[in-house]
Amino acid sequence: MDQHLLSIVLLTPLAGLAVLLFIPGESKNLIRWWANLTAFAGFLISLPLVSRFQVGAPGFQFEERADWIPSLGAHYHIGIDGISLLLLMLTTLMGFIAILCSWNGIQDRVKEYYAMFLLLQTGMIGVFVSLDFFLFYIFWELVLVPMYFIIGVWGGPRKLYAAIKFFLYTLAGSVLMLLGILTLYFQHYNQFHFYTFEIAELMKTDLPLGLQQWVFWAFFVGFAIKVPMFPFHTWLPDAHVEAPTAGSVILAAVLLKMGTYGFLRFSLPLLPKASMDRTIVQALAILSLVGIIYGALVCLMQQDWKKLVAYSSVSHLGFCTLGIFSMNPNGIAGSVIQQVNHGISTGMLFMVIGVIYERRHTREIAEYGGLAHVMPKFATIFAFAMLSSAGLPLLNGFIGEFTILQGAFEASRTWAAFAVSGVILGAAYLLWLYQRTMLGQVTNGKNLTIPDMSLREIATFVPLIAWAIWIGVYPKPYFDILRQPVAEIVQRVRPGYYGGTTQLAREGPAAKPALSGGAR
Amino acid sequence: MSQYYTTIDHFTIVPAVMLALFGCAILLFDFWVFPDPRQRKWLLIFVVLAELFTGFGLYRQSAYLASQGVPELAGFQGSVTVDGFGIFFNWIFVVAALIVALVSYKYLEVAGEHHGEYYSLILFAQCGMYFLASGTDLVTLFIGLELMALCFYVMVGFLRADKRSNEAAMKYLLLGAFSSGFLVYGFSLMYGMAGSTRLADVTAAIEQRQAWDPVVFLALTTTAVGLLFKISAAPFHMWAPDAYEGAPTTVTAYLSVASKAASIAFLLRIFLGPFASARVMWEPILSAVAILTLTLGNLAAINQTNIKRLLAYSSISHAGYMLLGLIAGNETGIKGIAVYVMVYTFMNLGAFLVVVAMRRAQIIGEDLDDFNGLVHRHPGYAFLMLIFLLSLAGIPPTAGFLGKYYIFLSLIQTQHYTLAVVATLYVAVAIYYYFKIVRSMFVREETETAPLSSSFGLRLALGVTGVLTLAIGIYPEPFLRLAQTSVLR
Repeated sequence: MDQHLLSIVLLTPLAGLAVLLFIPGESKNLIRWWANLTAFAGFLISLPLVSRFQVGAPGFQFEERADWIPSLGAHYHIGIDGISLLLLMLTTLMGFIAILCSWNGIQDRVKEYYAMFLLLQTGMIGVFVSLDFFLFYIFWELVLVPMYFIIGVWGGPRKLYAAIKFFLYTLAGSVLMLLGILTLYFQHYNQFHFYTFEIAELMKTDLPLGLQQWVFWAFFVGFAIKVPMFPFHTWLPDAHVEAPTAGSVILAAVLLKMGTYGFLRFSLPLLPKASMDRTIVQALAILSLVGIIYGALVCLMQQDWKKLVAYSSVSHLGFCTLGIFSMNPNGIAGSVIQQVNHGISTGMLFMVIGVIYERRHTREIAEYGGLAHVMPKFATIFAFAMLSSAGLPLLNGFIGEFTILQGAFEASRTWAAFAVSGVILGAAYLLWLYQRTMLGQVTNGKNLTIPDMSLREIATFVPLIAWAIWIGVYPKPYFDILRQPVAEIVQRVRPGYYGGTTQLAREGPAAKPALSGGAR
Repeated sequence: MSQYYTTIDHFTIVPAVMLALFGCAILLFDFWVFPDPRQRKWLLIFVVLAELFTGFGLYRQSAYLASQGVPELAGFQGSVTVDGFGIFFNWIFVVAALIVALVSYKYLEVAGEHHGEYYSLILFAQCGMYFLASGTDLVTLFIGLELMALCFYVMVGFLRADKRSNEAAMKYLLLGAFSSGFLVYGFSLMYGMAGSTRLADVTAAIEQRQAWDPVVFLALTTTAVGLLFKISAAPFHMWAPDAYEGAPTTVTAYLSVASKAASIAFLLRIFLGPFASARVMWEPILSAVAILTLTLGNLAAINQTNIKRLLAYSSISHAGYMLLGLIAGNETGIKGIAVYVMVYTFMNLGAFLVVVAMRRAQIIGEDLDDFNGLVHRHPGYAFLMLIFLLSLAGIPPTAGFLGKYYIFLSLIQTQHYTLAVVATLYVAVAIYYYFKIVRSMFVREETETAPLSSSFGLRLALGVTGVLTLAIGIYPEPFLRLAQTSVLR
């Protein structure tokens, strides 16, 4: 059981999907119950991963490896380290919550909807656990199709445009990434004379800087579109605004993290020279900073509630990439924590919008005002989500942003200075949004009769609020989990970073063979 | 037997003989035994038998090669060669012909043109393809090509009462004859250089000449025109959309898969045989053609509203991808073409089969709008079509991804980075027009509600193509081993 735990987590949604296909489409409630049960079971099954995860152990855990396509050197090789553990738990939890919160929102073609969601869930989990580039790429692409349908079939008025834009953008990025993967794969063959897609093996390839830079940019296009980083972000607002609530939640909470995860798992360890290249680091940091500030400024201009939150994602993900390219333990650990935070906070914000949209069917900020008088419970939960996103101390957002700023400061004071302005702007647009929608007198008569949140709706928020407070108050376990994998990445990219004095440095060399140990 | 027709000679052409015999048998039986049109579907049995015997012949050929441990076996003084390459392609023809025959009877009945000759034409065309894949002599290859093409000219115009079908056949015939002229001209130059029609002699003769020899160049370009026409590469693709649209859909499926596969085999035989030493000359030409083909095929497909035309342009772009494998020209590239042709057979046949199912008594069912809301009426067909379209676009985990994977890898190995980038970006363009169909099927509301035509043969064929399209994508190992056998030299 234990050695196949990860496979079970990966396949639970797929197994649920297989059963779902045999439930007749008319029994909608049965379908809903089954999908929710499957997703909940998926979450429960993933919990033992946390309790059995050995904090501080080097390399990957729960590894499973089998030949898959020997002619290509592709393997079914999965495993997790601290970084993937956190993102995996985020996926299983958010997947469950997203499915739970679509109970009322989705009324037609229920069966297809849940089928797509469960397929999406498998794809996302697969991305975070793959240790073989070929397997990773399959899961990476697998995610596109269900997401296209979730936006395109159950979305808003411009759903077709948004869905195909999302698909084309990400696909264009990922095929270019495929070229990068193939280059790496071929270079490895040239040096070792056998074909393999295993990451641990590919890491042994010694590439000249020039080639690394090309491959880096190829990866960059794929990952940056997914994140999305600044010039590639234009698909995101469309996709978010048109997607159904659960689609937005999962898109923001998990799908975007696939990009940042890609940087951490592939770009940095596989292309260490290019990742430390001055031009590249500068370029990526500047793009991140532009994303932070531009995203925040655009938020201040939005008339549409959902679009505002969508652009806030651009800003927040800018922090995550800035943290990565600070290339120090604080920056990277902060980035991972901020990825989880963004999943929690923005997920909650989109669910908040979903709650109000189901009642009023509009997202115009000007339509609202003074809702706190009508819907006190709703106002409280929204305040929570908003403050956690804005980075209020004692809530999760603060921990992430603070650590990233620490890392950025260590790398460059200028970066940190610019990034701080993003924090301030972030507080500004979120508080202003809250003020315009929740506070003051009720100006619009239609808002007087809105019912407050039901128990089921509140229940969907409870785990997220609890998690937000946990990270905000006692983040130590998270940093403990992240210390070892982050140290391995930093050690790989900047071999001299730990300088031989700290304890981590002594772990460093020991960690290195363990990293590549998964190959055999 | 005499020294002019030895056992070895016989052994090398057994499959083709079987095809020809059964084709003739169908003609006779159609006349004598099944005068009633409703009984004609029993002729299918002959097709199945023919393919069984052909398959058995192919199996014995590969078993013989394996037992003797030789890579190839030449018959008729080197006019026909049995090798892994030819056998691989012939298996593809067997599968394509079987599947097309299986789905045809219902379609032809609905169209009111169910004649026995149709089945013999399928077999005769396949006989021509046999010599395209296995021929190693200019004359043999040319006769094979013309046999195949003649059968297709007739089949494209098989709907006699339909103006489009007639127009398509005429257009295809005229342009096809014209391109054959070019091809023969090139062949005559090759014969002039070598004094022999055998490919081995021609190869030796061209190797003697220095680079950029004008006669070689002329022979190369004229031959290339003829060959590129057959695989519908731009700028010689103009016949394809019209022929594909006008022909009965079952014939379109056969034409787009088997004829293209045979022509690709022919192209490889010529370019990796006689013209292998003239690579410096044809590489830039073919690169330009490939880029043009990808561009034209993909961009023209975007605005099509007729599914068959859309798939025609998509098949043009697929020809571009296959050409890229030849341009890379290393082992990965050639193996990539074999894999590509194999997966293309299943996915493209599958896509056309769904179009076949759309044809009902009063409804042509070829417009994009005819697919509206298909998922409500026939979710099975809609999801199968989705799989085929994803595969055509090359999205994992479907078979189409494997084909593109090898092509891209071969381009990277041979450092054709620009070509690789262009080729990959057209994947994103392609998904746009393939998803126009998906959008119709899954998002739009249905406009008409007549049930699809269905038959046992159609369901079986769709099942097989659908399962294989997914299976090759998810567990490709056995299929890749199969393709490995096809690598020339």
